[in-house]
Amino acid sequence: MSTTTTTPGSASAAVALSAVTKVYGRGADAVVALDRVSLDVAPGEFVCLVGASGCGKSTLLNLVAGLDTVSGGGIQVGDDARPGLMFQEPALFPWLTVGANVEVPLKLRGLPAADRKARVAELLDTVHLGDFARRRPHELSGGMRQRVALARTLALDTPVLLMDEPFGALDAMTRDSLHDELERLWTGRNAAGTPLTVLFVTHNVREAARLADRIVLLSSRPGRVIYETRVDVSRPRRIDSPEVAAVAADVTDRLRAEVGRHGH
Amino acid sequence: MATDQLAADTISGLDALEIASQQKVPGRGSRIWAATWPKLTALALALLAWQVVVWSGWKPEYALPGPVTVAKDLRAYATSGALWDGLLTTGQRAAIGFGAAVAVGLLLGLAVARVKVLRAALGSMITALQTMPSIAWFPLAILLFQLSEQAIFFVVVLGAAPSIANGVIHGVDYVPPLLLRAGRNLGARGLNLYRYVIAPAALPAIVAGLKQGWAFAWRSLMAGELLVVIAKSTSIGVQLTYARELSDAPRVISVMIVILVLGLLVDLLFTKADRAIRRRWGLLDRG
Repeated sequence: MSTTTTTPGSASAAVALSAVTKVYGRGADAVVALDRVSLDVAPGEFVCLVGASGCGKSTLLNLVAGLDTVSGGGIQVGDDARPGLMFQEPALFPWLTVGANVEVPLKLRGLPAADRKARVAELLDTVHLGDFARRRPHELSGGMRQRVALARTLALDTPVLLMDEPFGALDAMTRDSLHDELERLWTGRNAAGTPLTVLFVTHNVREAARLADRIVLLSSRPGRVIYETRVDVSRPRRIDSPEVAAVAADVTDRLRAEVGRHGH
Repeated sequence: MATDQLAADTISGLDALEIASQQKVPGRGSRIWAATWPKLTALALALLAWQVVVWSGWKPEYALPGPVTVAKDLRAYATSGALWDGLLTTGQRAAIGFGAAVAVGLLLGLAVARVKVLRAALGSMITALQTMPSIAWFPLAILLFQLSEQAIFFVVVLGAAPSIANGVIHGVDYVPPLLLRAGRNLGARGLNLYRYVIAPAALPAIVAGLKQGWAFAWRSLMAGELLVVIAKSTSIGVQLTYARELSDAPRVISVMIVILVLGLLVDLLFTKADRAIRRRWGLLDRG
């Protein structure tokens, strides 16, 4: 899947997309989900992909995660790391306890049992669920399950985190606190010299302005990059701060214009 | 640091609010009683209806004895040793026959679920096989294996394996795609995907298949023991046949009760396993 890119400078990128095209179906029925999307994400950068429904945001993440193959162009992940992927649903294994869920990627990587135990405890502490290792996923709330999913993804020890509307199904209060958690965790990793690159898909512009270093707007059918903006607001941020609101307003205007284009 | 602590407090506060009020389990004693009394009442009513029919004189006592007569015979039967001989023979056959059916069913189901060509070729045939009354296999089985245990095992496996295979196929087919994607992303490929995701996710359907397979195996075994009478064997089915030949009606009913109870007990095991899985997965309402 890793076709070489020709873009200069992309060798240092954590994730480099060059003219990525994805077509579903053939002939007259073919649907172009992504049309020559190029994007370089720097190590430790937090990029939010924003777009209306059907813009191929999730397709893009699947491609980067290697769960699907490109129709054209190339994707390169720095150091050939395998990115971790989080979904809107926690996708926890209901037959395992919380701790055992987090342990799965560690087992698959072949870590010895003693190391696994310590690492699971550490990861659950990171998401403030240290006391819940023996619980079952169904005993937890939606927000807690999503934190377990985050811990499980982090257990991959990957430098690249792909998040597909991970907080989309949560209530506003829980979502706010998870934004804080994610920002704290990401800032901590970057400060510790083990940068965490995040590619975060959402249709919630406020959420993007709250979290991102850079917001990338995708058009719908076919998905193309139509706008990019840096979010120069100091961290830690608050979702209700005027600076975040101003960025969100700007992006919302662009998004409205794009959606309006489809109405004619 | 103070803001960090505040954030942590907020998040654990939210957690506590959201998972509170989930723990109200009634006492064990009252739970058992609530589950038992309707069954006991139904049993008492059934016994009463039976006694009423006997009192009505619809059939003579030697053909249809009352519950008390049967209870006395059942007691004699249980203390005579014949019951335990029969249980040993029949239990062994059930274990071997069902075990073989499980092995065949699991392998067949896995092969059909995995290989496209096999699915196209055998998928509908397995379902067709399931609709075939197993007793209809016996004439052929007797021709192939004469009056032997092999004939019985042949029919037990043919009766039970399709249900088990179907359970496996359904289980594998209905693994949530999201869990497969999650598993693959976490590094489970090939055989590991089966071990970590597909097999556990398919377990409830497999247990349902095993339960249905047991019902078929037990019926086939009883039919087999009635039809395939092997000299010197004292299986439950043979005892039932002999009791009929001797017109020993109380014994006929006693043996029938033993067959019913045995079947129910094993079925209960599968129901327990099924409930245990569903409780672990959070698919069961408490209370």
